[in-house]
Amino acid sequence: MIMWKKIYTWLDERLGLNELYKATLDRPEPKGNWWNTLGSASLFLFLLQGATGIFLSVYYTPSPDHAYDSIQYIMNDVAFGWLIRGIHHWGATLMVLVVFIHMIRVFVTASYKYPRELTWLIGVGLLLCTLGMGFTGYLLPWDQKAYWATTVATSIAGSVPWVGPFILKVLRGGTDLSALTLSRFFAAHIWMLPAALAGLIGVHLYLIIRHGESAFPGKDD
Amino acid sequence: MAGSHHISRREFITLTTAAVGTVIGAVVGLPAIAYLIAPALKASTTDAWIPLGKLAAYELGKPTLVTFTRSKINGWEKTVNSYGVFVVRKSDTDAVVFSNKCTHLGCHVNWNPDKQEYICPCHDAQFGIDGNVLGGPPPRPLDRYSGDKVEIKDGTVLIHFLEG
Repeated sequence: MIMWKKIYTWLDERLGLNELYKATLDRPEPKGNWWNTLGSASLFLFLLQGATGIFLSVYYTPSPDHAYDSIQYIMNDVAFGWLIRGIHHWGATLMVLVVFIHMIRVFVTASYKYPRELTWLIGVGLLLCTLGMGFTGYLLPWDQKAYWATTVATSIAGSVPWVGPFILKVLRGGTDLSALTLSRFFAAHIWMLPAALAGLIGVHLYLIIRHGESAFPGKDD
Repeated sequence: MAGSHHISRREFITLTTAAVGTVIGAVVGLPAIAYLIAPALKASTTDAWIPLGKLAAYELGKPTLVTFTRSKINGWEKTVNSYGVFVVRKSDTDAVVFSNKCTHLGCHVNWNPDKQEYICPCHDAQFGIDGNVLGGPPPRPLDRYSGDKVEIKDGTVLIHFLEG
């Protein structure tokens, strides 16, 4: 025990762990309310999706020849592969749901008002990134459902006046849904969107710490 | 309250959080480790008895090339490799089988009936009908299947093949 304390003191002196703890976690909170935990829940789900996603990438192969087979391998032959993929699958649905309810809570309690407008705007970006994660991840199993869902969704994007055909080609990496579509959706799903999410989450959290949590409006508000 | 069994609310929360956290960590962490090392835990059985056809069909004392394929599955990928062996019938009940892989660099040797030698096309190595090196760079005789590595069952020649 004494040795751990010594190690902690040594680290704290250099890293300022106590101040960090006070600034990030030991903040005053308006009257406790479960609706206020949805942001933390979204953050937890993001980390969970990140961890299980990293594990899935150990076996998953983003090529039309092997995508489906590699997922069959994860499901049937890898120890607890079904569990990791199951968590990633249901966690994705849950994350969209939790992020959405979080947004509704912020809207209903008018927490987006001054000085928290920027937190709201970044939250909109986070919502779009989350939906983008759902959209790109849906193609990766490369089964019939994935193929046709992406065919339809990219066709919808292609119906934009004037620039539609161009958007469609950018999304698909050509006119057809192909190996190029799969690899660019994979890159977006595991690199671009997570990087954007991580950056936006950082600013979002900074703003929450800076402004504190908004109190629930009372009867007079 | 020194010496009493009373613990404060804060201590209780800390302890239960640590305990529940440890349990959750183990429930999540152990399957995660199993997931990562799963391919290493698979038993890999690569040996098999390969049938090479009826012994009576082989000419006495004449090396005859037989080819066969073996498939190997790694994860979701299946590779098919082909192998060749020379079957030499010794008698009505006995045969010796040689791998056609040159022991120098692994090229496939051919039987030359005029010289009564196996000749490797890559570096002109020569092996006798018994597989021994007659000339050239090979470090050892051709790999042979004899004794307990070859079996005649119901007139069919079988070899105990160890590779994929």
